[in-house]
Amino acid sequence: MIYHLQIPVSDKELAKLEAGDTIYLSGVIYSARDAAHKRMYENLEKNLPLPISVDQIFLYYMGPSPARENKVIGSAGPTTSSRMDKYTPALLDLGVKGMIGKGKRSLDVKEAMKRNNAVYMAAVGGAGALLSKAIISSEVVAYEDLGAEAIRKLEVKDFPVIVVIDCKGNDLYEQAIAEYNKE
Amino acid sequence: MRQIEAKDIIQAVKEMCIEATHFLTKDMVCAMNDACEKECSPVGKQVLEQLQDNLKIAAEEMIPICQDTGMAVVFVELGQEVSIVGGNLEDAIQEGIRQGYQEGYLRMSVVKDPFIRENTKDNSPGVIHYEVLPGKDLKLTLAPKGFGSENMSKIFMLKPSDGIEGAKAAILSAVKDAGPNACPPMVVGVGIGGTFEKCALLSKKALLRSVNEHSNLKHIEELEVELLDAINRTGIGPGGLGGVVTALAIHIETYPTHIAGLPVAVNICCHVNRHASRIL
Ligand code: SF4
Repeated sequence: MIYHLQIPVSDKELAKLEAGDTIYLSGVIYSARDAAHKRMYENLEKNLPLPISVDQIFLYYMGPSPARENKVIGSAGPTTSSRMDKYTPALLDLGVKGMIGKGKRSLDVKEAMKRNNAVYMAAVGGAGALLSKAIISSEVVAYEDLGAEAIRKLEVKDFPVIVVIDCKGNDLYEQAIAEYNKE
Repeated sequence: MRQIEAKDIIQAVKEMCIEATHFLTKDMVCAMNDACEKECSPVGKQVLEQLQDNLKIAAEEMIPICQDTGMAVVFVELGQEVSIVGGNLEDAIQEGIRQGYQEGYLRMSVVKDPFIRENTKDNSPGVIHYEVLPGKDLKLTLAPKGFGSENMSKIFMLKPSDGIEGAKAAILSAVKDAGPNACPPMVVGVGIGGTFEKCALLSKKALLRSVNEHSNLKHIEELEVELLDAINRTGIGPGGLGGVVTALAIHIETYPTHIAGLPVAVNICCHVNRHASRIL
């Protein structure tokens, strides 16, 4: 199925999504990668507040290249999600509803997704120039000192992703690879 | 002695940083076109079409092909009759990297210490490999390496009794573990023989070879053909979302080794297999 979705997405709509669906996302997403996740996690461990509210948000594992003059952002494709796995269940329990990245996720993350009715989507890795065109505004909202790894509030329009793990825990990487495997 | 100015080296490295991160070499572009035609999975095709558009946008609008503009790896082939004037070679290369990443709007992705992890903010230092050869030329090859695929690379210290079957199994297991994380379709660089570090270096060098070129050793060429077929039967496909094009090429480089050893290194590279060269 192909969907056009506006963020925030209701739990009912999220539950409809299935591994393999193509989605064009519009609305606000937040970029955060390794260093930002580590800091957020350390805050949680110390019972300190997070720099942004993560309730109902979509996270994009991405650190862009610098924007040229008069451009919103530079190249902006996904980074490997598994490096965020250690920090992800805690964020899901706080209300994160969607994650955009690339690559496999751990069992702990899948369990936390099921428990919280959240979805994991892949953007095409190595398509950062193309994906940057779907980002219409970008603003650093936390951890500015981290440079490319700062947390950015991004407004996207028809940002193309594919559902890899749905709320029920179906995993497209496993299903699709099995379908084309001819070993 | 032939003299080469350090400032010309800085300039060449700077230009290569920008070139390699915005334009793939012709052989890679052709391989991506072929992949698009070959792929039969609809999602796989969708991924490859996005990647075609991506290359076009990158070149036309000067936006890096991928936001991970990598750690700069530089191969230096220095003719022994060359002398560098006006500075030293190492500093000139590092300065070229700094200027290239700065002026090219490339991402600064290098941290100074593996544990303290403070960004150097100019993408230096690069990793430089030197070779001194006969002649009067200086050849520089710059290959920015992204870490999505670098992280999936592996070394296996096999036993001689593991033989060619053991090597095949090791290479295939590395590719399968990499799966979607390495942004397939991949290019797989393999080094076999030498010592622990030699085979790793060979595997990285193997990525520089033109994608449609095979080893000139008959048995290694056969191994490349067989392994490419095996890799493309895994079903991983473009983006790891299923399909028949998992790798565009596998290149194997070999070197003499010890009576007790069979080192095999697998350096995985994504479809953004970037490199640029200059002869000064
Ligand atoms: S693995 Fe390659 S294509 Fe994927 S994000 Fe890294 S550099 Fe880009």
